[in-house]
Order: sequence, then structure tokens, then C-alpha cells
Amino acid sequence: MTILRIIWEEFIGMFIDDGALALFALALIAAVSLAIKFAGLDPLTGGGLLLVGYLAILAESVHRFAAKKRG
Amino acid sequence: MDNFTTISSTIFTSFLASFVEIVEAFTIVLAVGLTNTWRSAFTGTALALLVLIIMILVLGPLLQLVPLTALQFVVGVLLGLFGMRWLRKAILRASGFIPLHDEEKAFREETEALSKQRGLGRADYLAMIAAFKAVLLEGVEVVFIVIAVGSTHGLTLYASLGALIACVLVIGTGLLVHKPLARVPENSLKLVVGLMLTSFSIFWTGEGLGVAWPGEDFAIVVFFVILSVFSAIAINLLKSSHATLAKEPAL
Repeated sequence: MTILRIIWEEFIGMFIDDGALALFALALIAAVSLAIKFAGLDPLTGGGLLLVGYLAILAESVHRFAAKKRG
Repeated sequence: MDNFTTISSTIFTSFLASFVEIVEAFTIVLAVGLTNTWRSAFTGTALALLVLIIMILVLGPLLQLVPLTALQFVVGVLLGLFGMRWLRKAILRASGFIPLHDEEKAFREETEALSKQRGLGRADYLAMIAAFKAVLLEGVEVVFIVIAVGSTHGLTLYASLGALIACVLVIGTGLLVHKPLARVPENSLKLVVGLMLTSFSIFWTGEGLGVAWPGEDFAIVVFFVILSVFSAIAINLLKSSHATLAKEPAL
């Protein structure tokens, strides 16, 4: 059971370091998916939004970390 | 992108990502071998490899049951979280906000911890567990990378080949020099891997959502370039901000 727990914790840790980054990324993917499936958003536009969204999320995450360090 | 380029980029991504992980695991196994006994180091490593093989044998057939589009979507999402985590850390390291990963320091710390345990009755067992955990934890990441990079295009064997080459190269070099591979530019490699994995992620998540990317697989290269430019700008901006912070007098 300890081995399974170690693997599980490592597995989760692989994806979540900055909780807000993971949450924003999942929210972005969910929003784009729903917009494509139910709101008739052009898939290619949705793909573009994914790229721009990823960049914005990364920028926010590193900026927030730096701001925190600066106090 | 033609078939050759798809295969070579899969092998290359898997090789680079696995290389970094295996270097980290090797440092701990080496510390165990040199401080305790090589038997503890090899036993821990072998047991961890056994657990990893079981994981692959269980996960491999399960993945084949998942429809391709669903698989692309799920792998794309997980790879996005994984790749952005690496990219974020690499940007923060390159700009000086978090310390660079230092294999020699990791080796020193592990050696010190193992030396303290040497007098204990369970020293061999604890050393074996240290090797086991290091190989298992880094190995789980290698397994994920191989599956994620290879499964969506049916190239798991090629991705495994990349990981295998990395493994042979690290162990071969390590046995030759008999010390931690501190000269490997780990942080730069992690930045490149973060860029590659995030590029793959955007591509596959999009494909899973029905996006027909212009230029097909070549879109991955375009994402890589865009992400690289973004990272370079972010590193430069953060570096100057960090330099200003360092110059400010402490209150």
C-alpha cells in the first residue's frame, strides 16, 4: 500500500506544482471544449484560444511567483 | 511533417525528457552504492524497475481500449499540466527566482543522510529504500512521458527506444566517470523538454477537440517556436526584475 501511495503522490505531483496554474489550465480546456461542442465555436479558433490561454496562464503564474518573491 | 520527422521528434522528446529524469535517479543510486553497498543500490533499483514494468504491462493494454480521439484529448490535457509545470520551473530557474538544480549538491545531501544511517541496524534496508524510491519516482515520470509522447500516434515503441537510449547513455557515462553527472545542462534541457511537451499538448488537446491544424503535424513546430519566443521574453523580463531586486538595499 505504501508503494501505491508513493506512486499516487508522485503521479499527482507530476501535474500539480502551482495549484492555480493547474486549475486555470483545466478551466481553459473545459471552457474551450464546451464552446466548441455546444456554442458552435470554430474548432480552429478554439485551438488558437488554447495556445493564447496557455501563454497567458504561464505568464500569470511566473509573474505571481516573482511578485511574491519581491514581497 | 513526414513520417520520419514524426518518429524522430517522438524519439528525441522521449530521449531528452527521460535523460533528465534518469540523471536525477542515477545520482541517488550512485550515492547509495558508494556510501552503503552496491547490493543495496542494485536491489532497490531492480525492485523499482519491477514495479515500473508491472505498471507498463497493466497500463499498456488498458490504453489500447480507449478511442483515439479521447486518448489524444486526455493525453493532451495531462501533458499540458506536466509540460507547463516544467516550463514554469525552467523559466523561474533561468531568471534566478529559484535556484538551479545541482546534481553535486543532491549527491552530497544524499551521501550525508546515508552516512548518518550507517551506524543503524537497518542501514542496508534504508539505503535500498532510498535507491528504490529514487528510481521509482523518476521512473514513473519516464513511463508517463513514454506513454504520453508515443501512444497518440501509435509510436510507443519509438518513445520507449528514446528512453532506453537515455538510460544506456546515463548509466554508461555514470559507470565510466563514477560520479554524479553534474556537467549535464539539466536546466536548459528541462526548458527544451517543457517547450516540447507543451507544444505536443496544445496539438493533441486540439486534435481531441476536432481541430484540423493547418500544416498538420508541422503545427507542433510552430507552437514550439511561439512558446520559445514567449519563454525567452519572460526569462529576460524576470531576469531584469530579479537583478533590480538583488540591487535593492535590505531594509
